[in-house]
Amino acid sequence: MLEVENVVTRYGVIEALKGVSIRVERGEIVAIIGANGAGKSTLLMTICGQPRAASGRIRFEGREITDLPTYDIVRLGIVQAPEGRRIFPRMTVYENLLMGAVPTGGRYLEEDLERVFALFPRLKERLHQRGGTLSGGEQQMLCIGRALMARPKLLLLDEPSLGIAPILVRQIFEAIVAINRERGLSILLVEQNAYQALKIAHRGYVLASGRVVREGTGRQLLADPEVRAAYLEGGQ
Amino acid sequence: MNTAIRAPALADRVKDAALAAFVAFALLAPILGMETVVGPDGRLTLAFHFDLVALGVAIVFIGRLLFGGLVAGRLAVRREGGPISRFLSRYSTVLGAAGLAFAVALPFLPFSSRYVIDVATTVVIYVMLGWGLNIVVGLAGLLDLGYVAFYAVGAYSYALFAQWFGLGFWTCLPIAGLLAAIAGILLGFPVLRLRGDYLAIVTLGFGEIIRLVLINWHEVTGGPNGIADIPRPSFFGFPFTRNPGEGEIAFHQLFGLEFSTMHRVIFLYYLALGLALITNLFVLRIRKLPIGRAWEALREDEIACKALGINPTNTKLTAFALGAMFGGFAGSFFATRQGFISPESFTFIESAIILAIVVLGGMGSQIGVVLAAAVIVLLPEIARELETYRMLFFGAAMVLIMIWRPRGLLAHREPTIRLARRGGAA
Ligand SMILES: Nc1ncnc2c1ncn2[C@@H]1O[C@H](COP(=O)(O)OP(=O)(O)OP(=O)(O)O)[C@@H](O)[C@H]1O
Ligand SMILES: [Mg+2]
Repeated sequence: MLEVENVVTRYGVIEALKGVSIRVERGEIVAIIGANGAGKSTLLMTICGQPRAASGRIRFEGREITDLPTYDIVRLGIVQAPEGRRIFPRMTVYENLLMGAVPTGGRYLEEDLERVFALFPRLKERLHQRGGTLSGGEQQMLCIGRALMARPKLLLLDEPSLGIAPILVRQIFEAIVAINRERGLSILLVEQNAYQALKIAHRGYVLASGRVVREGTGRQLLADPEVRAAYLEGGQ
Repeated sequence: MNTAIRAPALADRVKDAALAAFVAFALLAPILGMETVVGPDGRLTLAFHFDLVALGVAIVFIGRLLFGGLVAGRLAVRREGGPISRFLSRYSTVLGAAGLAFAVALPFLPFSSRYVIDVATTVVIYVMLGWGLNIVVGLAGLLDLGYVAFYAVGAYSYALFAQWFGLGFWTCLPIAGLLAAIAGILLGFPVLRLRGDYLAIVTLGFGEIIRLVLINWHEVTGGPNGIADIPRPSFFGFPFTRNPGEGEIAFHQLFGLEFSTMHRVIFLYYLALGLALITNLFVLRIRKLPIGRAWEALREDEIACKALGINPTNTKLTAFALGAMFGGFAGSFFATRQGFISPESFTFIESAIILAIVVLGGMGSQIGVVLAAAVIVLLPEIARELETYRMLFFGAAMVLIMIWRPRGLLAHREPTIRLARRGGAA
């Protein structure tokens, strides 16, 4: 459903992506792992058109989206829960979730809210608390919940486990799997926590210095000695 | 965050105070330190007052050393509104109703002289301008230093349409709003890509351009002489005159009253109040709509907004246009109230005052704007006796208020919407 072909992205003179090709099929969880600065976030942001690819092509459901403005890409069904969560700190949990419903025009509000609450009951308890006063884990739930309110076809998650206690990390990964199973939602997941990510992913890519250096099923990558040495030793 | 609250170390404070002293020196040396006096031979010479400069610099240094840390500490602490803000915004409906009742009753209260009603009208107009600009600055977070341009567009549209086509106030009002909104879009379209300080500078420039156009486009605007004899408002067609023209009925005749110049003053007051209330209702309503939330979200995080499918340019443009529209309404009112307008009325200081009202009010708080407008209009009135020192007093008061409440008088933000509780959850 998503095909990224030979995408190059630059920040000024820095080439953050040097010809990356990946694809995500309908209903898949695809993980992208790699060291800090490998270009993982840049890849997700480029898919959303922010920044734009300097060359290469990005297609979604057969349609070229490389040059579409971000808000149109979102309306086609690619929604990102960005790195650093970027929730609206002064707005309440409820207001944040409503912001997520912008692309649907609020048509399925009740239903979608219930689904988010079923996934993250914690959010329902904190409905009228300010986003900025939530704990890191709760903010992450809100970030994912907000993205789900947009009814995405493809959900991009950038480091959902960053800075979160292990027990919450498990909850969040379980939620990711649940979203994928129950709704058949395709997910492109960027993670430092390579072990957890590869365990739930159907397929994965390893990114290093702006290039894809390995790809395979989650299990293959988990077993790959070089991947183990670089990203998994001492991990887990 | 705890580290931010701690007062800075002594060495830093000395350095900071020294810097302040240096700035003071640079300012004071020419202002206080040099005086042109007529010398013995009748020529102008410079006299130097090093003692005054030294005294000033010393005061600044010591004052900054003693109180600078205090200010910095308070600035760091005050992030959200304190208990006062929370109280005020929690009971904002009650306070709003009480304030409204007071405003409606004002002209009939015993102390209401013509002067009181005139000042009150000015307060109300600044409240309205504050609410209008609040859409742009407080809600959408776009720093607009040229708001007075839209006020001017509104005032001149009314004046010109009334003069050339003989249109009445109520016909001109929507036209003025529309033209101001169009001006807002014309300005907004090219510049809304800019952020923060750049936007501020461009809007500042726009305000000046409009003023210069008004000064130089003699044929239409009358240049620096402005436009006089702008039709005064009538009570829906019934003029406020002692001796109405042929076939006309004056306001006092209509109601069988004794003629009084107060009628018009009071009518203008209610007109301003009505316009301000419309602005307020509009803003309260739109804050609860998706577009209003999008403005607030945009102010918090533009990238997140894009990632949620919001078109930032269009969203900002609506804020700009709507803010401008209310500026235009207020401008029409200004023109009909004064009966005379000239570019002098639309200088940068007006923009600065309106912006000060929004910032002082707490950026986005409706009641805050009312308080701030009252403070800003009334302070100079109260300080009238101080004469020369009036602006000094005004400036000092503003500085003190911002130290006391760095996030504005009312910094607490109430949620725009709550989920109807079912089954007592949360
Ligand atoms: N806005 C920017 N301007 C300039 N350079 C940038 C910008 N954003 C990222 N970079 C650079 O691009 C490269 C890739 O960054 P990116 O954020 O994609 O890495 P990442 O794989 O997500 O790393 P991490 O795991 O630390 O989040 C880095 O070298 C980074 O310094
Ligand atoms: Mg990253």
